[in-house]
Amino acid sequence: MTTASPASPPATGHLRFERVAKRFGAVTAVAEVSLDLAAGEFFCLLGPSGCGKSTLLRMLAGFEEPSAGRILLDGQDLAGTPPHRRPVNMMFQSYALFPHMSVAGNVAYGLRQAGMPAAERDARVAEMLRLVRMEEYAGRRPDRLSGGQRQRVALARALARRPRVLLLDEPLGALDRSLREATQGELRALQRRLGTTFVVVTHDPAEAMTLADRIGVMEGGRLVQVGRADALYERPASRFVAGLLGDATLIPGTLGAGGAGERRALDTALGRLEGFDAHGAGPEGAPGLLVLRPERLAPRPDGELPGTVLDATYLGDRVMLRVATAAGPVLRAAVPAGGAVPEPGAALRLGYAPEAAALVPEGPVSAGAPA
Amino acid sequence: MHPLARIALALGLAFLYGPILLLVVYSFNESRLVTVWGGFSTRWYAALLADSALVAATTVTLKVALASASLATVLGTLAAFALDRRRLPGRPLLSGLVYAPMVMPEVITGLSLLLLFVGLGIDRGLVTIVIAHATFTLSFVAVVVQARLRSIDRSLLEAAADLGAPPEQVFFTVTLPLIAPAVIAGFLLAFTLSMDDLVIASFVSGPGATTLPMRLYSQVRLGVTPEINAISTLLIAAVSLGVLAASLIAARRGRAAGVPV
Repeated sequence: MTTASPASPPATGHLRFERVAKRFGAVTAVAEVSLDLAAGEFFCLLGPSGCGKSTLLRMLAGFEEPSAGRILLDGQDLAGTPPHRRPVNMMFQSYALFPHMSVAGNVAYGLRQAGMPAAERDARVAEMLRLVRMEEYAGRRPDRLSGGQRQRVALARALARRPRVLLLDEPLGALDRSLREATQGELRALQRRLGTTFVVVTHDPAEAMTLADRIGVMEGGRLVQVGRADALYERPASRFVAGLLGDATLIPGTLGAGGAGERRALDTALGRLEGFDAHGAGPEGAPGLLVLRPERLAPRPDGELPGTVLDATYLGDRVMLRVATAAGPVLRAAVPAGGAVPEPGAALRLGYAPEAAALVPEGPVSAGAPA
Repeated sequence: MHPLARIALALGLAFLYGPILLLVVYSFNESRLVTVWGGFSTRWYAALLADSALVAATTVTLKVALASASLATVLGTLAAFALDRRRLPGRPLLSGLVYAPMVMPEVITGLSLLLLFVGLGIDRGLVTIVIAHATFTLSFVAVVVQARLRSIDRSLLEAAADLGAPPEQVFFTVTLPLIAPAVIAGFLLAFTLSMDDLVIASFVSGPGATTLPMRLYSQVRLGVTPEINAISTLLIAAVSLGVLAASLIAARRGRAAGVPV
C-alpha cells in the first residue's frame, strides 16, 4: 500500500489500457479501448447507459476480466489478479455499505482485511471520518444515515486503504440536485489534496465537466473522444459528442476542400458556411455537419445567417432566441439578457466566428474518430 | 368487512383450529373420561412427569430434533449457497432436485431410507432417525436461506472483495451475517419438522429409539387418555413457539438489514 503525501504528486496510480475489449457472449460491451491516465489524474468516463463505461470500470476493479487487451497499473499487468489483491478501490453506485456494521466498522473493514494493527486502524478510521466530516456518526448504522451521509461514508471506506486508483461509479447519482453540486466541489478538492488517481463513471455531462481533468466519451463500447472539457465542447469529433456536451444546432451539408486542422467550407441549404475541422471531418464532397453553439451565434448586421425570430425565452442570465431560416433549420442563439431583445416576427441576421463552429462528419455514429 | 365474509372467516378458523382447541381444553380436564368435563385441573400434566416411557420418548425427540436440525442447517445452507451461484451449470435441475423431497410422500422417503439403511447394514436407532430427518428438513432450510441470499445486494459482496477480502472472508464477514436470520429460521423450522414427524421416524427407528409422536401414536391405539391430551398440548405449544420465533426473527432482522422480507 502506498502512502500518498498530499504535498508531492504520487509516483503511482498510472493506468494504461491497451486495446481492452470485453464481450459477453455475442454482445460486445467494450471494443478496443486504448487509454493512458497520468498518476494523480481525475478522469471521467462519460456516456449513456450501456455504452460500456461501467464494464470498463469493473474490469479495472477485477470483477470482470478483459476478453482481449491488457490493463496496466504502474506498468504491471492486472490480468488474473483477483479484486481483493488489486491496489484499487471502488465506490459503488448504491454505496454498498454493509448494513450489519457501523459507520466506523464499514471504514475499518478494508483495513482489517489488510491486517493493520488495531491502534493504527483506529487512527486511520478517525482520520478518514474526519476527512469526510462524519466523525460524529462513527457508531451509527448505515440505515440511520441520509443519502449524502452514506455517500461520504462510502467515500471514506474506499479511500481508507489508500488505493493507488479510486474508482467511482456514478458517485453522485443518488443525491438530489443541490447536494450534488456541493458534493462535486468537495470531491474535486479532496482529489487535489490526496493526489490519488480518480476514475469516475457518469452519464451526466455537466458532472463530468465539473469534476474531471479529462473526459473520455464512450458510445457503443468505443472510446470516441478523449480530452479536456473545453476541447470536447469546442472541438467535438462527432455529432454524438457535439450533442452530448451542451446545446447545439447541427446544419448538414457537403464538405469543401481541406482537412484536419483547417478552416473548411460546407455547402448547406443556408448557403456556403465556414467552420473549423479539428479532427478530420472527411474528404471533399463527403457529407458533414456544422456545429453551432447558441452562445457563439450573435445578431450582426453582416451575419451570414438570415432568418425570422420565432420566439425569445428569458432565462435570467441570457435570452434564448429561436430563429427560423428560409431553408428550414431553426437556429438557437443565446444573447445576453438586459440588452435589446428582438420581437417575434422580426427579421434578423446571425453571425459567428468560423473558428468557433466545429465541422464533424455526418452520420449517426462517430466512425473512426481518433481517441 | 362484509358480514358474509366474517362468517366465512369464522368457519374457516373453526375448521382449522377447532379440533386443536378441543384437545387443549380437554387436557385441563379433571375427569379421567376424555369426553366428560369434570372441572379444571392440571393433574394430567403432573402425571406426565411420572410416565418414564413418555419422558424417555421426549428426550429422544429433542435429541433427534437438535442433531438433525443442526445437520440440516449446515447442509441446507451450503446447498442454498451453491444454488445461488449464477454460473452453476444445470442450476434449474439441481435446485429442483434439492426441493423435491419437500413434496415427496413421507412414506416414500421413509421407505427408501429404510431400504438404504438395511442395504448398508446400518443398525437402526437414534442415528438413523437423525440422518433421515436431516435429509427431509434440509430442503426447507435450503428454500428459506436461498430466498434470503437472492435478496442480498450483489454489490455488498463485490465491495467486500474490493476492500481486500478473499472469498472465504466475504462469506464469513458479509454473506453469513446477512443471511443469519434465514439460517436461524431454517434451523427452527427443521427442529419443529423433526419434532412433528411420525411417518419417517417409524420407518427408520429401531429398538430403544422411540420418538414422542411414535409413542403418542402407539398409546392412542389403546385409547385416548387425558395424558395424551396434555402431552399433545405441550407439543403444539413447542411447535407454535418454534414457528413463531422463526418468522419473527426473519422479519425483524430483515428490517434491520434493509432487506424486504
